[in-house]
Amino acid sequence: MSPVLLEPVVPLSARRRSVPRWLRRTTGPLFLLLLWQVCSATGVLPSDMLASPGTIAGTASGMIQDGTLPHAMLVSVQRVLNGLVIGGIIGVALALASGLSRLGEDLVDASVQMFRTIPWVGMIPLFIIWMGIGEAPKIALIALGVTFHLYLNVYAGIRGVDAQLIEAGNSLGLGRWGLIRHVVLPGALPGAMTGLRYSLATAWLALVFGETINADDGIGFLLNRAREFFQTDVIVVCLIVYAALGLLADFIVRTLERLLLQWRPTFTGK
Amino acid sequence: MATDLHRQVNPLTKETTDDAAVRVDSLTRSFDGRAVIDNLELTIPQGEFVALLGRSGCGKSTLLRVLAGLDREINGEVLVPRRKAVAFQAPRLMPWKKVWRNVLLGLPGSPGREVAEKALEEVGLGHRSDAWPKTLSGGEAQRASLARALVREPDLLLLDEPFGALDALTRITAQRLVSDLWQSRGCAVLLVTHDVEEALLLADRVLVMDGGVIAHEVRVDRDRPRDIADPYIADLRTQLLDRLGVEAPEAAEVEKVA
Ligand SMILES: Nc1ncnc2c1ncn2[C@@H]1O[C@H](COP(=O)(O)OP(=O)(O)OP(=O)(O)O)[C@@H](O)[C@H]1O
Ligand SMILES: [Mg+2]
Repeated sequence: MSPVLLEPVVPLSARRRSVPRWLRRTTGPLFLLLLWQVCSATGVLPSDMLASPGTIAGTASGMIQDGTLPHAMLVSVQRVLNGLVIGGIIGVALALASGLSRLGEDLVDASVQMFRTIPWVGMIPLFIIWMGIGEAPKIALIALGVTFHLYLNVYAGIRGVDAQLIEAGNSLGLGRWGLIRHVVLPGALPGAMTGLRYSLATAWLALVFGETINADDGIGFLLNRAREFFQTDVIVVCLIVYAALGLLADFIVRTLERLLLQWRPTFTGK
Repeated sequence: MATDLHRQVNPLTKETTDDAAVRVDSLTRSFDGRAVIDNLELTIPQGEFVALLGRSGCGKSTLLRVLAGLDREINGEVLVPRRKAVAFQAPRLMPWKKVWRNVLLGLPGSPGREVAEKALEEVGLGHRSDAWPKTLSGGEAQRASLARALVREPDLLLLDEPFGALDALTRITAQRLVSDLWQSRGCAVLLVTHDVEEALLLADRVLVMDGGVIAHEVRVDRDRPRDIADPYIADLRTQLLDRLGVEAPEAAEVEKVA
């Protein structure tokens, strides 16, 4: 009999954890940063087109020290939070209304679907006419973007709850509110979290658009002023701040998901 | 229409002097014009253990759902107790609740965790009470679902193939558990199963469903615990297998094995 070629089944634990996960995840970005610095230093990337990472770091620390950056961030974050809360309340309320009852669906869903087809950025001129150029139109724009994402996902989440589980809840003696609390809402949570993620992304986007409306404060204001003086370093600092805030928000949602959705029997990647 | 249907699945109050736990009179349930249950009559006296056999797709689960009050698009009259418990064919645990919370879900008042632990202990799952349902094996999930039904102390216990995913030994334990609960509580039990022997070992009466009605029934007049080798039981089994359309030689062979 000819010998059979055997190969070991490598246990996952032996293959994994050679390099910590966070370190593996940071290598990509670090490499890109290094490449950028090298290009700037060798003159491949002229500084009036894009400042080098070193210059940008210097500018950033200057802006932090004189307080302009922290102040602008505070103003911008506040706008996002306000818009998020307002849009969140409206979006979730509408989704509950149309998700939980047929009547609500008939009354609410058609209208929301209609408004959803309007690109929300296109509402800027109307908002300016209605609300002037203060804080209101900026917050309204963010709230608008947030509302639709949350509505769609929470609604889909509610309607995606397994009918068999509803039936099980019924047979266990849960009343209407018991069903909503113990079955429908937890079941809609994954959808709601997805909605929250999309909403946050939209919120930052809406912030950027909103702050181009004659802002005299916030990151968008810094950005606009820098454009007038061709300060590419300041522009990049602002972009990085936008990105960092977006990342932070995403991190918060991820953490929330990890805590709230640990029951989910879903694929988590190999 | 809705109120009409309400009256049909009528909670039997304690005051009603009825010695039956289930009364079904000319029940019909159709899906798209096809009557899956067709003028079915069924009475289950209080405290009786009934097993329901029938080929796959003959409407056993449908009947169970009607009795559970989950399916109300019916014609006919159905009387069932208010306190019912159901263990479905699939475990149907809420994936977002730990096992013990699943067991307590929907119980009146707010019973403490020890109530759930006790029920889980009985099905041999005491050590898994703090687990997420996704981490349970198929049989463990089924036992958790059984514990969830048993903890309700029902007057009518509806079981839809609750032992399907269990190994032989666990299956015997679970059967004994249901049997014990039935004996101590004196509730009526309707057990849907594909296992003729299981039916004969557990039930007072074995029904065979076919063509939308109870086509055949046998009474099992033997004290428990029963022995499958008992000629009386073996005889009933042949009769039932015959009714279920199992070919004669196959039935004979099953008999020989036992
Ligand atoms: N919601 C539905 N819509 C249409 N047909 C249905 C529906 N539910 C059940 N049926 C049909 O009714 C019949 C009886 O179904 P049921 O689930 O009661 O079968 P069963 O006797 O429990 O079978 P099994 O032993 O395989 O579980 C089947 O033919 C099934 O296809
Ligand atoms: Mg079935």
